[in-house]
Amino acid sequence: MSKTSFAAPKVDLELARGHGLTEEEYGWIVDKLGRTPTFVELGIYSVMWSEHCSYKNSIVELKKLPREGKALLVGAGEENAGLVDIGDGISVAFKIESHNHPSAVEPYQGAATGVGGIQRDIFTMGARPICSLNSLRFGSLENPRVRYLFDGVVRGIGDYGNSFGVPTVGGEVYFDPSYEGNPLVNAMSVGIIEKGQKTASAIAEGVGNPVFIVGSATGRDGIHGATFASEEISEASEAKRPSVQVGDPFTEKLLLEATLEVINSGVVVGIQDMGAAGITCSSCEMSEKGNSGMILHIDKVPIRETGMSPYEIMLSESQERMLIVCHKGKEAALLAIFDKWDLHAAEIGHVTDDGRVKVMWHGEMVADVPAEHLALGGGAPVYIRDTQRPAYLDETGAFRTDSVDDLKAENGTDVLLKLLGSPNIASKRWVFEQYDTMVRTNTVIGPGPSDAAVVRLKDSKKGLAVKTDCNARYVYLNPRKGAQIAVAEAARNVVCAGGKPLAITNCLNFGNPYKPEQYWVFKEAVSGMGDACRVLDTPVTGGNVSFYNESPAGSVFPTPTIGMLGVVEDVEAHATTFDFKAEGDVLLLLQPSVIEKACIEGSEYLVLMHGLTAGDAPCFDLKSEKRVQDACLSIIQSGLINSAHDVSDGGLAVCLAEMSLASQNLGAEISLSSMGDSRFDTTLFGEAQSRIVLAVPSKHAETVQDIAAENGIAAIGIGKVAGTRFTIEVDGQSVISTSPSVMREVYEMAIPKLMSKKR
Amino acid sequence: MSIRFGVIVFPGSNCDHDAYHVTKHVFGQDARFIWHKESDLGDVDFVIIPGGFSYGDYLRSGAIARFSPIMKDVVRFANAGGAVLGICNGFQILCESGLLPGALMRNESLRFTCKDVLLRTENSSSLFTNDLALGEIIRVPIAHGEGNFFASEPVLDRLEGEGQVAFKYCDAAGAITAASNPNGASRGIAGILNEGGNVLGMMPHPERASEAILGRTDGAKIFSSIVKSLVEA
Repeated sequence: MSKTSFAAPKVDLELARGHGLTEEEYGWIVDKLGRTPTFVELGIYSVMWSEHCSYKNSIVELKKLPREGKALLVGAGEENAGLVDIGDGISVAFKIESHNHPSAVEPYQGAATGVGGIQRDIFTMGARPICSLNSLRFGSLENPRVRYLFDGVVRGIGDYGNSFGVPTVGGEVYFDPSYEGNPLVNAMSVGIIEKGQKTASAIAEGVGNPVFIVGSATGRDGIHGATFASEEISEASEAKRPSVQVGDPFTEKLLLEATLEVINSGVVVGIQDMGAAGITCSSCEMSEKGNSGMILHIDKVPIRETGMSPYEIMLSESQERMLIVCHKGKEAALLAIFDKWDLHAAEIGHVTDDGRVKVMWHGEMVADVPAEHLALGGGAPVYIRDTQRPAYLDETGAFRTDSVDDLKAENGTDVLLKLLGSPNIASKRWVFEQYDTMVRTNTVIGPGPSDAAVVRLKDSKKGLAVKTDCNARYVYLNPRKGAQIAVAEAARNVVCAGGKPLAITNCLNFGNPYKPEQYWVFKEAVSGMGDACRVLDTPVTGGNVSFYNESPAGSVFPTPTIGMLGVVEDVEAHATTFDFKAEGDVLLLLQPSVIEKACIEGSEYLVLMHGLTAGDAPCFDLKSEKRVQDACLSIIQSGLINSAHDVSDGGLAVCLAEMSLASQNLGAEISLSSMGDSRFDTTLFGEAQSRIVLAVPSKHAETVQDIAAENGIAAIGIGKVAGTRFTIEVDGQSVISTSPSVMREVYEMAIPKLMSKKR
Repeated sequence: MSIRFGVIVFPGSNCDHDAYHVTKHVFGQDARFIWHKESDLGDVDFVIIPGGFSYGDYLRSGAIARFSPIMKDVVRFANAGGAVLGICNGFQILCESGLLPGALMRNESLRFTCKDVLLRTENSSSLFTNDLALGEIIRVPIAHGEGNFFASEPVLDRLEGEGQVAFKYCDAAGAITAASNPNGASRGIAGILNEGGNVLGMMPHPERASEAILGRTDGAKIFSSIVKSLVEA
């Protein structure tokens, strides 16, 4: 056998099944090709038709989401990331993506390459990444395996992002036993294209234009990563560790600079990064989009391991690579830029017009497939799955608040401190201090006392307010309302930091879509997300679907993570944090004029104190939410307040405690009225939505109340910033009395204490 | 007349734009980038080696950067009395290239750490620090995984004796304690000068603490010191 020939196994239905294709799907392939596919073709079909690349089980639902808006420059799914015009000639590219399965078996590299992949989606469009966020979910930190995963993921994100040189400015970390065997790692990147800079498209056009592969050499890592992402985690998953890619942030940094330089040089026709399914996906998608085709001589691809077969090269998910279609005759300019950055750039083929991707190996054709048949939106399978409302909802929904005893007044302080020490509420300093949060000197508000991060744009008065958010417990208890709340809370967070919510990206982490109960939950949640996006005027710009988030113990909480982008009109004047700033400030609670009922359903309190994940998602009304957000933004933009904080996990008492403990030892005197039920727990720790606490200089209190009234909402005086004690009374009875320093100790030490456990 | 700042750009530098921004836009001086493959600094008055991961730093931070073409000229420039500031990775490169004594080891925690720290000014007469008072405490962020300064006892004694220690990590009262030391550095040292006083290496990032909008302004005093020294010189 000569070293250039390639011994391929015999292709049949059995081999196709082993590649994750169904009998029906294999039949479609044979019909379309009019013959048995080659081994390379089978590999190509299997990754392109995997859930991860084809969205075959989600696209029908995703198309129902609102995807139009006057600020949107490209539609959802049209390019690698969403693109939004924020005025002043600046556009913002942003996207969130999951890397859950890789992180479950190899947390460090899994998370690192998740960060790398999302950055490439941004800079392949010509945008320079300006900040990153993430959204992480794990089981209980009492479990040593979970601590290993948590530690590895945080190190992976840190090492990759810190070296790459983009600040990680915000995110969320959430713990629940449902994520024990299947952690969620969602990474978001935000980039900007400034005035006069070029943008780029993932398209192959112009017959005869050369095709280049640039960046890292290709290795055997990540083969079938996309397929691995499209099945449940099981005992066998550990063996899939080689499916996890290995990241090299230094090369990514070089690739970033070289890519932006080559795009701005004007020699690029089209460019797409290589993520899932590597060269296969980028060549097929670019050809499909350009209604063109490509011939690729993949023996010319720079490789880093000997003896790689064409099958392996086509399916490799080696990181830090791009596929570029260059204007014919401009090859030298492209090569000079990659040479400057010491990166590979190899011409491996050219654009054709027959709609086919043809793969050559030392002069022999090893694959010849129609691009359109492979791509999402083209001939890839589209399924409508069966749905069935899961039975657990009857059980959780049967919960009534009066079935649990109220807390006693004398225990109020203890309960508050316990909540502040719950990992879901406690400070995430242990995490964010491992990330470079400030590099490039644009971070106006990083992680810490703010509901969202704020970055400035050096050539504009404007800034960006960004946030990732999802309370998945609410989605579990009521998929539709829970997803509405996820969008609303992310928007509310952006508003509290001084931004106007503009658009979202989403990362939909769900279970196995072939289980009707799971699919019902998915469908409901997507509908709820759409409801909220329509009312809040924040269209969906794209994102990612991650199904099969199930371990032998069951499915994770349905988790539609929302990445919200907002614009801060005057970043110096409007950027807002939540720590108390001044003695004597009046505390006003902005909330809907009518709250349907007091409730502790779905709350962190109910889980922590009663061990119950039960009830409905908390009280919530979309129209009232919009009014509260409009009022709050108008109040911030009028320069009337010192601090704003949204009421979320842990309810009103935790919200106020966080404002105090983050301050320079400023306490508060707070007096609350129960909402008709005379209970302490619902009043202090209930998580009814659409509420924001403002700390307002007393001279502005009346104006703030006027603005609230104009917007048809309430602004209720609940106390003032005062002294160094933190006290709350309910209906005139003292229930909480502590100090900012005591609360801070518990809040700051909870996660470090858990992480210092040996076994 | 403007000071001509040259900011060295290694392929993995990522605080190069920050150093450029603070000198050019915050302090209104002339600033330019100098590519690592160059062998001549050109007509600059001041060299900044910025933070980042020069060549990836998978080996030891700055270990490869010292062999780059531009570093030969930086060494020549410094030995001729030219002013050089190395921040974070820049400090590591200055130690690796022998312009400063000692070495920077992995943080005692074995974790990358990014947070505000307090620094006590140990030398207020250098060209980098003359706008600060002796003992003045400033708040400046760190962001590194390898900032644990190490040198032999005699070298440390000499650095302290000759006034070559520029900054030490301290607490709010100015005390040098284990708790205020973020990386395990010997004697809490955060930044040192060479014998001639024309080269400063420091782990904390003054360029990140020079504008009110970023919530920190103490680092500006280092740049105002430099501007004052070079304009008056």
